Order: sequence, then structure tokens, then C-alpha cells
Amino acid sequence: MDVENLNSMMLDILGEIGNIGSGNAATALASMLSKRVDMNVPQVRILEFKDVAEVLGGEEKLVVGIYLDLNGEIKGNMMFILDLESAINLTNMLLNREDGGDELDDMAVSALSEVGNILASSYVNSLSALTGLKIAVSVPSLAIDMAGAILSVPAIQFGYVADQVLFIETIFEEGNRSVKGNLFLLPDMNSFGKILSSLGVL
Amino acid sequence: MEVIKVGMADLKLVKAPGILTTLGLGSCVGIALYDKYNKIAGLAHIMLPSSKEIKNNDNKAKFADTGIELLIEKMVKEGALKKNLSAKIAGGSQMFSFNNTNNILKIGERNVLATKEKLKELNIKIISEDTGGNYGRTIELNSDDGSLLVKTIGHGIKVI
Repeated sequence: MDVENLNSMMLDILGEIGNIGSGNAATALASMLSKRVDMNVPQVRILEFKDVAEVLGGEEKLVVGIYLDLNGEIKGNMMFILDLESAINLTNMLLNREDGGDELDDMAVSALSEVGNILASSYVNSLSALTGLKIAVSVPSLAIDMAGAILSVPAIQFGYVADQVLFIETIFEEGNRSVKGNLFLLPDMNSFGKILSSLGVL
Repeated sequence: MEVIKVGMADLKLVKAPGILTTLGLGSCVGIALYDKYNKIAGLAHIMLPSSKEIKNNDNKAKFADTGIELLIEKMVKEGALKKNLSAKIAGGSQMFSFNNTNNILKIGERNVLATKEKLKELNIKIISEDTGGNYGRTIELNSDDGSLLVKTIGHGIKVI
């Protein structure tokens, strides 16, 4: 299976998978925060490597990235990316802090990793239930750096098989918009075939 | 001065004056080649170590081995002499750390090794490098003097 061979129906189905997964993830986030969480309709995006960082506002933009490896019958990875301000606001809510300053301390990093873990797990659980495929999620790893540098990690994984990156993106917003994050599901190319055939499409 | 941007899996060259830049290098490696006599600079932003490990290798700029070859070929076509070329390299970091030894996550290190190997094979001397670590880099290659500016977030700015 190549990125070029995906037809619009397949892309719609991947979008719907994203919708179900993200819906569960949004519910989990909302109950963690006891606040309303909105999400957009997930987008299936196919981008050239050079354009990947534009999604987040340019290569040099400072972001917080939480990376998780997917293993089992579906392989790939998930990333939850927030700008620094959103990350600070989110940890302040989680840790019941009034004002956490303008940096992320160890406690905040740990809390954010756990958010990534819960989002990814709830997303992946619904994907697993839907397809009947077993998927394991690794422990999260967090980096605070330039968007380009963080996104080079999944881009390189696609680089082995393709000249483009395909991902399913959902934007989450906390009710009063002080937290905005992008959740990316990046299954590897072989996994697309598996997902689609488990659903009877291929 | 003209600033030319080099994207991921891409390469460009410029004759002085002009600056070549690549933004937000993570595990990728930026390879800066310079002919100081003819003042021709070239910059490649490679993603993977070797074109030989992979079937889909049409984009030569994606790999250390074919990327360096192609960059030299283009620079020579513009009037650079291969014997004048020297190299500076940056990038190859490991952005995320895991306990397990996942090959994909060690890709930065492998990119740096493959780059050095290829440059050695071609007898191109590496004058300086800023590689490894766990942080991103933006680099700017100045075609006037071949200096390479390395900018980071929280790990300083330097010229190598």
C-alpha cells in the first residue's frame, strides 16, 4: 500500500477512525479536567516532508511534544503537541495551580506525559475495539523544542517507505480556549492495509 | 542578503553573496559544503543514512550517501572544485528518549555516522560539527566565508 494509492473512500474511513478515536480521547480529557473539551472534525492530511512543520506554525515554533510508540498488529506512533502557553495552562488546571510561571517544572512534565498517555490510550482502545486488532502503547516521552525538530521523528519513520507523510489530525480545545492541542495518529504504511481490511474495505 | 531555505529531504546551493538555511533540524543532519576559493556553498538536509537500505529511493536528497553525491555534483556544475570542498555538519539529535533500543529512535546517531563515512570516502574534510544531544537546531551557512551559525532553544547560539 502506498500513500498515492489511497482513494477518497479510504481517506474518509481513516478520518472516521480518527473521529471515533479522538471522541474517546476528548471525553477522557474532559473528565480529567472536569471541563468541556471541544474537538474539530479530524483531518486526514498527506503532506510533503518540507511542509510538515507548517501545520504547527513553522519549523522554529516552540512546542511541547509527547510521543508514544504503537506496537502490535498496528504499528506507528501518536503525538500530542501543544504550544508552550497551552501546556502551562493545562498543567495549571491539572495540578490546581494558580499560576505555574512560564516554565514547565518536573511535576508539570510528568502531568503532561500522563495526559498524553491517557489521550493515546483512549484513542487506541477505540481503534482496537473497532478493528479487532491488538495495539500496545509505549510509555510517553516528552520534548520541548522546535516544531520542525520534533516532527522530524515521525517524518523520518515515513521516510523509509514514502516521500510524503500521512497523518490523522484532531485539534482539541478546552472550553474557554486557554488550551489548544493537536493530536496526531501516524500509523505506518503497512498498518493502513490492515486497518482497512479489518473493516472489510480492502 | 539573499536567504535560501532548504527543506527536509532537500538540497540547495548558492554563490556568494547569499545564505542557505535550514530550520528546526532534529534527527536529520544538515551537511554544509563549501569551496572557499570559488565561494560556492551547498547545504543538504538529509533524513536517512543510506539509500541502499530502502526501495523507495527516488529522492536522492533524502539520504546521506546519495544526498552528498548529488550536492557535490551540482556544486561542481556551478564551478566548484571537489578538491576545494570542506564540510561542516550539524543535527542528528535524539529528540525523544526511551529505555528500549529502538532503531528508529537512534536514527540521529546513524545519520551522523553515515554522513561522516560518506565524506571520508570522498576525501572531504569535516572542519567542525555540532551533532547529537536531544535538542533541535536551526543552521545558517554563509557563502561569503563558509561560517555555519547554529541556533537552538535553550542550548545557546554558536558559529562553527
